[in-house]
Amino acid sequence: MSKLMPASAIGTPFERLDGELKVRGTAPYAYEQPVENPVHLYPVLSTIARGRVERVETAEAEALDGVLTILTAETTPRLADSSDRELAVLQDTSVGYRGQIVAAVLAETPETAREAAAAVQVTYTEEPFTAQLHGDDPALYAPEELNAGTPTDSSQGDFDGAFDTAALRIDATYSTPPEHNNPLEPHVTVAQWDGTVMTLWDSTQGVHAVRGTLAQVLGLEEEQVRVIAPHVGGGFGSKGMPHVQVVMAALAAQVTDGRPVKFPVSRQQMYTLTSHRTPTIQHVRLGAADDGRLTAMSLDILEHTSRIKEFAEQTPAPFRMMYASPNRRTTTRLTPLDIPVPSWMRAPGECPGMFGPEVAMDELAAAAGLDPIELRRRNEPEVDPETGNPFSSRHLLECFDLGAERFGWENRVARPRSVQEDGWLVGMGTASAVYPFMRQPANTARIRYEQDGVYSVQIGASDIGTGSWTALTQIAADALRVPVDRIRLGIGDTRFPTASVAGGSSGTASWGGTIIAAARAFREDHGEHPSPGAQTEAQPPEDPEAADLALYSFGAHFAEVRIHADTGEIRVPRMLGVFSAGRIINPRTARSQFLGAMTMGLGMALHEQGVLDPRFGIFVNSDLAEYHIPTNADVLDMEALWIEDRDEHAGPLGARGIGEIGIVGSPAAIANAAYNASGTRIRDLPLTPDKFLT
Amino acid sequence: MIPFDYHRAEDAASAVALVSGTPGAAFLAGGTNLVDRMKLGVAQPTLLVDISRLPLDTVDVQEDGRVRIGTNVRNADLAANTVIRSRYPALSQALLAGASGQLRNLATTGGNLLQRTRCVYFQNPTTPCNKREPGTGCSAVEGYTRYHAILGASEDCVATHPSDMAVALAALDAAVVVMGPAGERVLPVSDLHRLPGNEPQKDTVLDHGELITAVELPPAPARSAYRKVRDRAAYAFALVSVAAALELDDDDAAVPVIRDVRIALGGVAHKPWRALQAEAVLRGAAATEDNFRSAADAELRHAETLNGNGFKVPMVRNTLAAVLRDLTGTAGPDASAPGTDHPEGPSGPDDAGWEK
Repeated sequence: MSKLMPASAIGTPFERLDGELKVRGTAPYAYEQPVENPVHLYPVLSTIARGRVERVETAEAEALDGVLTILTAETTPRLADSSDRELAVLQDTSVGYRGQIVAAVLAETPETAREAAAAVQVTYTEEPFTAQLHGDDPALYAPEELNAGTPTDSSQGDFDGAFDTAALRIDATYSTPPEHNNPLEPHVTVAQWDGTVMTLWDSTQGVHAVRGTLAQVLGLEEEQVRVIAPHVGGGFGSKGMPHVQVVMAALAAQVTDGRPVKFPVSRQQMYTLTSHRTPTIQHVRLGAADDGRLTAMSLDILEHTSRIKEFAEQTPAPFRMMYASPNRRTTTRLTPLDIPVPSWMRAPGECPGMFGPEVAMDELAAAAGLDPIELRRRNEPEVDPETGNPFSSRHLLECFDLGAERFGWENRVARPRSVQEDGWLVGMGTASAVYPFMRQPANTARIRYEQDGVYSVQIGASDIGTGSWTALTQIAADALRVPVDRIRLGIGDTRFPTASVAGGSSGTASWGGTIIAAARAFREDHGEHPSPGAQTEAQPPEDPEAADLALYSFGAHFAEVRIHADTGEIRVPRMLGVFSAGRIINPRTARSQFLGAMTMGLGMALHEQGVLDPRFGIFVNSDLAEYHIPTNADVLDMEALWIEDRDEHAGPLGARGIGEIGIVGSPAAIANAAYNASGTRIRDLPLTPDKFLT
Repeated sequence: MIPFDYHRAEDAASAVALVSGTPGAAFLAGGTNLVDRMKLGVAQPTLLVDISRLPLDTVDVQEDGRVRIGTNVRNADLAANTVIRSRYPALSQALLAGASGQLRNLATTGGNLLQRTRCVYFQNPTTPCNKREPGTGCSAVEGYTRYHAILGASEDCVATHPSDMAVALAALDAAVVVMGPAGERVLPVSDLHRLPGNEPQKDTVLDHGELITAVELPPAPARSAYRKVRDRAAYAFALVSVAAALELDDDDAAVPVIRDVRIALGGVAHKPWRALQAEAVLRGAAATEDNFRSAADAELRHAETLNGNGFKVPMVRNTLAAVLRDLTGTAGPDASAPGTDHPEGPSGPDDAGWEK
């Protein structure tokens, strides 16, 4: 018998339950939450990259009508724990990056707060700083470990010996620039302190994560922190951990006699206050036999981090498990810079880590005279090459086969720069996608029978625009074996039981698995005909079997690229992603997530680039006019498909998560298509027109 | 935001008088650029004189074939105007290549001409900028220069003028009608904006309080076109752009001869750059690829590139050739023909594998 829960509502393309609220503009986001008599906060940001604040002159600003107070390092309430220097706002006078908060104005109106902030005069003692990633920087170091517990370095077999004697060798360096998450809704926190409880209306991917961190830094019991986030306008990782604006708002709320404090971060301020994706330099070496079978592979990665807080991305992770080869090695080194703190951005690790290697595979295919799909077929591992664990479900080649058929891959001309239409050079490319299955254990769901067949299902999950309101309702309906209209879902509030962050593509599996466990417990406790008020809370069971398996989702990206022979302009008229991600809960919202991630991959390939000016230590293109993401005119024929994939090992839900895999590999597919179109191999993102000029 | 006064103008003359007499005053039209600068702290007018409701919003064809465009005609309306689309395609194309649909609905003709550079250092009040704060230095010259000038810049400023429309107007030999306290004057669009020199804070030759009331187009050229090269398909400033207007001696000749031509370049200078050197090479010359490229080279001979924008030289050359090719019906080279490709395998073309 299948371990998967039978599906009824699951698999049905329900419209978003919150769609009408959003279309009508009545879904309350953090800033719109109705609060009484708010105080408005506007920060003063440092204009040096490293040093110390000597003096903050506030008299002129304080004299403005409507200014309540100006918080500085001298006047700001103390934190109980200031060990995290990203969050330790106004706890001392040190400056760790340009754009750091060095004072904050509280005023009766946002306009007054902003005007007063401009009138605050700050004098500094500057210290020398560095704000540029160099491959030969002596400060490069090996972090203790990478995110998600990934070992910093890895080595199996004899890479050097095997590479030196390989018949085919690829030895190239690739790079990806800093990128910014740029969710549509900027970060915002509204904080209110009643003397006992700190209430935070926050734009966050995880209300309990915010509660945990804030309780710790503020020195409060977790019960004294309430976090509310029913609707969130995107996060892409930048709202996965609380950033400084949450702490700033909470500290300010302690000096306003109970009045709530609103701190909306502006788009420009997001480029320093709410994280970015580290740039990467990726040295890839592939050795292969004449038939294309890999004999040696290595990946050496350089990235930056901030001096005040380490962030070490797990960039080599996919390289270690993707293809079979007996001799393999990876290293990761970081250089600490006096810059804003990097953090998670959609598929941290996997996304940049599948750029260089997947372009290198395309280069190897050309060197071997093989179709790129055939090259991957020949290097398909039988088990996870690093751990030896069997894959629970690996359908990479089925994704390529279906994609090739649907995309018309057979029409690709292998020889580059062979196809021209109306002055445009046309080409096709492909690349693999992968993302690990993660389920977070720290989840609890509460189910309560109301009356008339209606069940309340509560868990502090987040809907960051992905469709969680809808998908979790479908899961709850099937778990309780009732129609979806009998489910009253409650999410986005720490009043509900503990839930993990909407991150790592783990939300639906983690929260949904917990709801299923709670529904089973509820039926065991109360049967099929419960009395009104019957209630059960439960956590998901352990899954010891999964520890001995390699659980991953896979995918294949296809792209057609056109490059103008005169101007170098590059367009992507067609993209197709085919995914194997376990059970799909809601085909409508799933397709949106796949397409959204592929669009972000398109942006990474062609547009996105945070320009870090090393003379100042700031990202100079800090708005959506200068920091480019795709416009509607850039997103043409794009489609996402998935194959039937019943994973018996990914819990009773059997869904491995879909939030991130769509961005993984898509930039490489576009870069490979650009090479096929133009004959120019670009190894440094983004692929801008100047790089294709002849 | 810094507080400011607001006055809605009753007529152009009183608006001019008010702004002329108030040192901190500025005209407000569509507001799509000025209001941004105010929010960023780049502009701090003490008084906004709103001229957007003055009835200077018609496109009138004169008896002599000239076309007069009121300063308040919205970019979207001008782009859609039948006369403009049919007789001055370069202008319509340039307008539609600019900004976004929402912005074009608000932005006006005069305001478009007077928008200021989007140089990232100009727009960030915490970095030095001679244009924003004279004497503080230029952050761009050794900084992020992707959108910066290769022609006519100075060591004090390497900013570019961001307008697409102005580039087309320069190639169309348009004029601006300006009202000042002392009356009206008319000057060519090409003379409206200035090069930065050592006074980059001055974008144009207008005095404080002078108001553009109209743009005048001469009778239409036989052929015109605008081509913009940018980093994404919409809502991006030009890396380079080319506007060209020309007449051929014999439209039906196998290799026609160019009787007259006007070319303007965008994204390369502090002003719409009339390519007079290129025009001189082309006037009276046969419409051939070689001549197009010679013309481009003549214009680009004095280009001075910065670390980070050297690509603009080949980009202008190629784009200019492409525009002239399209306008004259000249066939281009086969981009994928043998000899023009450079497929590179990991160890060079011979090793690339695809011939196997």
